[in-house]
Amino acid sequence: MLDPRSRAVLTTSITLGFAVGVFAVLFGVSAVAAGATTWQACAMSLLVFTGASQFSAVAVIAGGGSVASALGGALLLAARNGVFGLTMSRSLPGRLTTRLIAAQLTIDESTAMATSQDEPYLRRLAFWATGISVYVFWNLGTLIGALAGSAIDPTTYGLDAAIPSAFVAMLWPHLRTVNGRRAAALGAALCIATTPFLPVGLPILVAATAVFVAVPAPAADQMVAPR
Amino acid sequence: MTWGLVLGLALGAYSFKVLGMVVLGQRKLPPVLDRCLTLIPAALIAALIAKDTLAIGQQLVIDERLAGVAAAVVAAWRRLPVIVVIVIGATVTAVLRQIR
Repeated sequence: MLDPRSRAVLTTSITLGFAVGVFAVLFGVSAVAAGATTWQACAMSLLVFTGASQFSAVAVIAGGGSVASALGGALLLAARNGVFGLTMSRSLPGRLTTRLIAAQLTIDESTAMATSQDEPYLRRLAFWATGISVYVFWNLGTLIGALAGSAIDPTTYGLDAAIPSAFVAMLWPHLRTVNGRRAAALGAALCIATTPFLPVGLPILVAATAVFVAVPAPAADQMVAPR
Repeated sequence: MTWGLVLGLALGAYSFKVLGMVVLGQRKLPPVLDRCLTLIPAALIAALIAKDTLAIGQQLVIDERLAGVAAAVVAAWRRLPVIVVIVIGATVTAVLRQIR
């Protein structure tokens, strides 16, 4: 039997996966409209598995941009998963093969869900459940979109607000400490302040530098006691 | 759309993930950097919320999303379950769009 907290994690991961999956249908449609074959659209979702990068690459190609500029913009958006991977690696001990699989599932949603849990076993469960759920829905949605050629507009159901709303709930536990509140406020401010001036994708990376300002002082037990 | 782009992007995106999760993640980092790492989720989740609520590409736009996410903030503050927070944020945004 699952305890109530594990069950809540699983329910949330499926809900989140479904919301992301609706965007995947839109991705499948846009990719095919931009000249991709169904195979290419599906290969992208299976192998790249980074929503923002995929949408960006397809938009550049659809707009007549070069492969190089599509790749550059998309990789800029993929870079933050490196930072997320580093963060998650602390909570995911395991063999190399496990880590290589975990790496592919390292995205905004799985990291946010995992880091909002305060028990190590829930953190692991949240990471894997959200990662797998989003992976399944993302690829299923892409296939449906690529084959059907038309999608419902996610904004009709407010699904574009569903994902930041989920992040709000996941941010909450991080706001319990002064340093967490500082990092969050500064991260959001840096992102918004730089958005109009920097290429899409970079503001999120700039926001990560907030932690250097908000960094907690060494814990008392780590400091040499004055005599 | 070319296979070169699909595979190049796949390789690049996975490299970033592996760099963080496996290459750097298995190394011992200076303690000061480790303390910084614990705050990364707070900074990045907040930044993602700000971007998803206020930005469209490089443009800052105030629209129904802001009301939806504000409702989600109230819901999270009232300690409602994540799933309820998601539904409230989406519903408020969708309803306001219908009214407009």
